[in-house]
Amino acid sequence: MTNHQQGRDGNILLDLRNLVTRFYTDDGVVHAVNGVSYTLEEGETLGVVGESGCGKTVHALSIMRLIPSPPGKIEEGEIYFGGRDLLKVSEREMRHVRGAEIAMVFQDPMTSLNPVHTVGFQIMEALKLHQGMGDKAARNRAAELLALVGIPDADQRLDDYPHQFSGGMRQRAMIAMGLSCNPELLIADEPTTALDVTIQAQIMDLVKRLQERLGMAVMWITHDLGVVAGLAETVNVMYAGYIVERGPVKDIYGRPRHPYTIGLLGSLPRLDEAPGTKLTSVPGLPPDLLMLPTGCPFADRCAYAEDRCVEAMPPLEEADDPARTVACWRWEYVAGRTG
Amino acid sequence: MAEQNGALVQVRNLKKYFPITRGVFQRHVGDVKAVDDVSFDILHGETLGLVGESGSGKTTVGRTMLRLYEPTGGEILFEDRDLAKLSANELRSTRQRMQIIFQDPYASLNPRMTVGGIVGEPLEVHRVARGKEKRERVQELLRLVGLNPYFVNRYPHEFSGGQRQRIGIARALALNPDLIVCDEPISSLDVSIQAQVVNLLEDLQDRMGLTYLFIAHDLSMVRHISDRVAVMYLGKIMELTDRDELYMNPLNPYTQALMSAVPVPDPVVEEERQRVILEGDIPSPSNPPKGCNFSTRCPVAQDVCFESHPDLIEVEPGHYCACHVVEEEGRAEIRA
Repeated sequence: MTNHQQGRDGNILLDLRNLVTRFYTDDGVVHAVNGVSYTLEEGETLGVVGESGCGKTVHALSIMRLIPSPPGKIEEGEIYFGGRDLLKVSEREMRHVRGAEIAMVFQDPMTSLNPVHTVGFQIMEALKLHQGMGDKAARNRAAELLALVGIPDADQRLDDYPHQFSGGMRQRAMIAMGLSCNPELLIADEPTTALDVTIQAQIMDLVKRLQERLGMAVMWITHDLGVVAGLAETVNVMYAGYIVERGPVKDIYGRPRHPYTIGLLGSLPRLDEAPGTKLTSVPGLPPDLLMLPTGCPFADRCAYAEDRCVEAMPPLEEADDPARTVACWRWEYVAGRTG
Repeated sequence: MAEQNGALVQVRNLKKYFPITRGVFQRHVGDVKAVDDVSFDILHGETLGLVGESGSGKTTVGRTMLRLYEPTGGEILFEDRDLAKLSANELRSTRQRMQIIFQDPYASLNPRMTVGGIVGEPLEVHRVARGKEKRERVQELLRLVGLNPYFVNRYPHEFSGGQRQRIGIARALALNPDLIVCDEPISSLDVSIQAQVVNLLEDLQDRMGLTYLFIAHDLSMVRHISDRVAVMYLGKIMELTDRDELYMNPLNPYTQALMSAVPVPDPVVEEERQRVILEGDIPSPSNPPKGCNFSTRCPVAQDVCFESHPDLIEVEPGHYCACHVVEEEGRAEIRA
């Protein structure tokens, strides 16, 4: 832990360049991630939003190099983290990166904990492996971590098995495990989707407090636009394996520029809506990733689409100000129509 | 939206306990009190929202109401006939008028049946239509829910989640029901598809005068679609009132905490908000707390709250709330 405890200093932690991940299945090639590039600063909170199949999880698993291969393959791109390209380091070094430098928390805490070992054993395992701690030191640190994530009687609960924990407590234990080696980046992949709203509020509050205290960067992957609004500084909106829009959270929600983002926000009921208001749903379905169109993947659902949208995928280019990017040929026209 | 002309369904003191048994002799050792003494009305043409967290008993209420589960106690008056006492034959004819849409569009459609078979089955079972008449009715239903009528010979796996949910809706509409229990119909769908299905449900309600019991855990969607909303916690209704009243003036501390926990998709609002964060987890319905079900997590609980569960009483006209503190002091303000 060095300078990033003082908070944001603008140093780039993660730099993704043109990441392409595909799956070679019996049915054909699934184009899961199609050229994703962005940077993440130290201590920053990034929200990655999109619907199922948009590539948000696959892109995170690619960063961790956890894509099952075969059938998956990272085809192209560079992932710079801590000054090196993670796609070029050895498997041995990668094992150190996972856990010690980047930690990941998954959606379903029951399947990501091993049911035949105690919670304490599983947290201690990481400490012994990555930090070379002895039994006693690891146990003390594990109890500390469980207490840090708000589990009462942490020292005794270390000897419990995962089934003795509730869903919220399991997710806390997973976060404790993720934090055990002071990672610089925590990737949270839909960590609250399986939880009730009152428990979700607890977990969101916990991650926020831990981040303030430990200064790590957080990538929060979710389909819930409400969660992102309360947590993230920057938002990547993904669709069919592309980032279609990226910018500071208030700009994305206040002045969305991509027709998909506009549609997504319109699909949500608003607290201040008048009675009888209809939701503005997005017609149609997301494209089949086996047969990705050559043009913009959103074109056939888009009210603004014209010929060039079907012909070529628009690049992610600056819109309004340097912090914002949009991948839409017609964003200026759309902005003029939607304010 | 709703023509408030009397109740279509009156549920009185409904109970559904699932027995817990042990050993080879299936000794009865306790009960999971999934629904414990619940009463409410559903008015003609309205949408009653039923919200709660997992384990609150909201799905069990919906299923017991249709007698898909046998109620342990209480009455379900459907236009003044008690469904809980009907014989199997009488129940079958009444069932034509009440249908259900399930949560999981993958599990609720038989993968070996064609779409035509699925949507047409209720017509056959109830001997409403056969042959050409049935085929025409099925095509009409598919058109009604926004599917291509030529899909009749396809199988469920050829459809996306949203389209499957439309098939489930077409099946529910086949017999021209009065009441549809919508059991979390959108929670397994993506956001942009959710809006399509909700718009379809609203549209069908306007055209066919349907009455809905809309069960969900998504409070913002429930607010959008419902006329009145009931909030459940651990098998009990904690609060029931008009949707605007509930969202503007929630009285029950649990409702307040629940509203506060829901993230709002607006970063400006989120920045200003003070969240009430409840401690702990929802208790097990097999071993509910002795007093008020919410007493273990309630930030304003007093001695009386640990002694008995409060009755659901009409605090203001049309606004029902079960809380000792509200009953005594008129308010139960919880602060972040």
